[in-house]
Amino acid sequence: MQWETIIGLEIHAQLSTKSKIFSAASTQYGQKPNSQACAVDLGLPGVLPVLNVEAVNKAIKFGLAINAHINQRNIFDRKNYFYPDLPKGYQISQMDWPIVGEGKIEITPNEQTKVVGITRAHLEEDAGKSIHDMFNDDTAIDLNRAGTPLLEIVSEPDMRSAKEAVAYAKKIHTLIQYIDICDGNMQEGSFRCDANVSIRPKGQKELGTRAELKNINSFKFLERAINLEVERQQDILEEGGRVVQETRLYDSVKHETRSMRSKEEANDYRYFPDPDLLPVEISDELLEKIRQTLPELPIQKKARFVAELGLSDYDADVLTLQKPLADYFETMLKHRIDNAKLYANWVMGDLSASLNKHQIDIQDSPITAQSLSLLIDRISDNTISGKTAKEVFKAMWRGEGNADEIIQAKGLKQMTDTGEIKTIVEQVIANNAPQVAQFKSGNDKILGFFVGQIMKLTAGKANPKQVNELLRKKLS
Amino acid sequence: MHTKTIVELAQGLKNKDFSCVELTQYYLDRIRQSDLNAFITVTDELALAQAQAADDKIALGNASILTGIPYAHKDIFCTKGVKTSAGSKMLDTFVSPYDATVSQKLNQADLVMLGKTNMDEFAMGSSSENSFYGAVKNPWNRLKIPGGSSGGSAASVAGGLSCFATGTDTGGSIRQPASLCSITGLKPTYGRISRYGMIAYASSLDQAGPMTKTAQDAAIVLNVMAGFDEKDSTSAEQKVPDYTTNLNDSMKGLTIGLPKEFFSSGLDDEVANHIMAAVKEFEAMGAIVKEVSLPNSIYAIPAYYIVAPCECSSNLSRLDGVRYGYRAKEPKNLEDLYLRSRSEGFGEEVKRRIMIGAYALSAGYYDAYYLKAQKVRHLISDDFKKVFEQVDVIMGPVSPTTAFDLDSVKDPVSMYLADIYTLSTNLAGLPGMSIPAGFAQNLPVGLQLIGNYWSESKLLNIAHQFQQATDYHSQTPCKYKTVGTNR
Repeated sequence: MQWETIIGLEIHAQLSTKSKIFSAASTQYGQKPNSQACAVDLGLPGVLPVLNVEAVNKAIKFGLAINAHINQRNIFDRKNYFYPDLPKGYQISQMDWPIVGEGKIEITPNEQTKVVGITRAHLEEDAGKSIHDMFNDDTAIDLNRAGTPLLEIVSEPDMRSAKEAVAYAKKIHTLIQYIDICDGNMQEGSFRCDANVSIRPKGQKELGTRAELKNINSFKFLERAINLEVERQQDILEEGGRVVQETRLYDSVKHETRSMRSKEEANDYRYFPDPDLLPVEISDELLEKIRQTLPELPIQKKARFVAELGLSDYDADVLTLQKPLADYFETMLKHRIDNAKLYANWVMGDLSASLNKHQIDIQDSPITAQSLSLLIDRISDNTISGKTAKEVFKAMWRGEGNADEIIQAKGLKQMTDTGEIKTIVEQVIANNAPQVAQFKSGNDKILGFFVGQIMKLTAGKANPKQVNELLRKKLS
Repeated sequence: MHTKTIVELAQGLKNKDFSCVELTQYYLDRIRQSDLNAFITVTDELALAQAQAADDKIALGNASILTGIPYAHKDIFCTKGVKTSAGSKMLDTFVSPYDATVSQKLNQADLVMLGKTNMDEFAMGSSSENSFYGAVKNPWNRLKIPGGSSGGSAASVAGGLSCFATGTDTGGSIRQPASLCSITGLKPTYGRISRYGMIAYASSLDQAGPMTKTAQDAAIVLNVMAGFDEKDSTSAEQKVPDYTTNLNDSMKGLTIGLPKEFFSSGLDDEVANHIMAAVKEFEAMGAIVKEVSLPNSIYAIPAYYIVAPCECSSNLSRLDGVRYGYRAKEPKNLEDLYLRSRSEGFGEEVKRRIMIGAYALSAGYYDAYYLKAQKVRHLISDDFKKVFEQVDVIMGPVSPTTAFDLDSVKDPVSMYLADIYTLSTNLAGLPGMSIPAGFAQNLPVGLQLIGNYWSESKLLNIAHQFQQATDYHSQTPCKYKTVGTNR
């Protein structure tokens, strides 16, 4: 049977506010356990939450960036359940009136662009962490993360493959960094994905029973976990079984998912409006003010790169896919905008290759945008050849200095004096009579031999273009 | 000395008739000898230290009217370094690491805290019998309940164990004990006093207030307690007037509304007579009386007993035995830890309300119960709104009867009826007061005043004028002076 996969994602993005969503405690990651949990975060008797306006502003920013409807009156609810790292016995979240309503985003998983619907995005507080491997049989609780603001972004079940799901997750990941509401750090849990996966026979209208996959902390694992789940469901259905609605935990080490709880075991969260918090009222003025702070969005940037720089659709997409990469490229453009195409080639070529090889983020690149543009300028002004530039690039990567210093130190400056090159060309022609004869008898390929000889004599510094021109002139 | 008001004690301190340390020691002695069980914790050392500081301040001439006045603090307010139990076994070991905003404000006013008063567990009750620390007794008759949940506070003031006390009122918990103990109790408009650090029972209904000997004292204490608090999003950014300025305004032309629903069956005849006599007193002062109607107030009890349990079921979830408070011995696993800590740590009434609330919020029941109750709440508020277009103040009984016998009401629903006249005020968020209005068979009767939003000044003015014309408020229990010999 032909199966169709249906995927919806729930993304939890930690908003990069200085303090927590309902308390003044710091949100900084990696601090001593429980050193950043104040009375409110600890859920002491009598404490009350006070909404951090910064979190609201960042959520609005997201809503505006995906052209979503902003609920100008939205309400915080309590989601009640017991868990040791949930200090109050309820999580403050938004149920019926989320801050961000329906919106959409474009993804380009392959050549074709597809629109994915976003159902809603709501504000909520993060829980603490239970640590099971610190004290033998006991569980330790760290409440530093408790109360960190989260934006939960819920998509429509619009994705039809793991690849599409990853493309969507990456788009959201890029966007939140562009608009500076989340640092996007997946290792630290600032950006987490849960995937709702179901399959149905191709052509069937109603959706199959879904499983929710949790604990996915990289795009690679997202793709793997979904594919694994699709296979699991196919096996069940093809053997005549039934998929159970449940939450499954992905184990990236064993590369398996296992059941966490079924629908029957699921909590009744007993949502109701939090009486400690007033409804959030958002004025038209505030919306307008936040709209003004929106930077150029990836989709706009891409269009600009195509229109103004003449880059291809594909190149423009690659260069705008990640904020740091786009920032790097834009820094280079400030140097010489007319070199854009050459810059793009180098960024997507040698630079990306080296970064990948050494697993370095572009923010930490040993070659800064300024120094790379300087190197490329030396190609355009004929100081060095493209080939030599690669050698200079390697030296720069090793930290041997900037392009000019390295060219100077290694004497790599291209020979551009026609007189000097002419002498050498004449010398080579004089010393290789048999080859000259071959050329004259029609062997055009022998020209490469002469170029090689000349390059050898000039230690590669002769301008190849000039060499070619002179050779042809002298030989004919 | 223990019958003196804040105004009188402040004068005595100023005149150096007695020092604050002497005054404090005097109260501490009375508390020690008392059999009312009004206190859960007596903070002798702290009180004497505060008294000494107050004496120093008085000596320097820096005293305000509240400097050095000994008061009793309901054990629902968090007090830094002092046990804060809310009357529950669950918090028997809990020493708060922080001060409630109200506690902080009272400290800053140089008051002397004598201790923390007994109460119904987590403020759930109308008799102060639901306490892990045993029932509080009514100073007027030790076989009777003092009302609740602020019964310890009321008994403390009426019994001469403190000059005044703090209380909280979710459905009548200031007004009903004030009424049954013949003191003055004020529940301000919701949002008037910060709830930060006040252990939450039902967040949308809870409101703190003063419990005093006179309306004038209540005005003085409210001046300190009231005000916006950035730590409480539900506190109002409403200007705090000086509540003592309008105390002497004339009653001439004041329109009083008597809701017919407050005088229906179930109201004790003698109580009704005292209320009508009090109303006559106002007529004599030039007030005009009108019959009004609050048709939806009959739904106040069912609406309240949905909203309050729903909120409390969630508010008390933090008491899970994990971080602080009572923890069951040797739990087998996490579920066992939760189940036993909460079963063993909470009292019967608290568990009942948690269960009602959890049920009413469950999927499939939410609309029928919680949402419906919220709609009723709106209707009740609208009733009041209409009435306040016609009158300045609503008057009626606080409680349908005088204080009943200890251990006599076993059925929870009968107990809930004790708050029949007070609940609607909380549901609407309006301010209400109870002032002494006489005695029925030697037991106090309280007159309830309900005002429009933010009309505390008006209520205090009306109460003060009544207290100028009557002396019910200065009556003291007959065995008052010989503490510990009653029964």
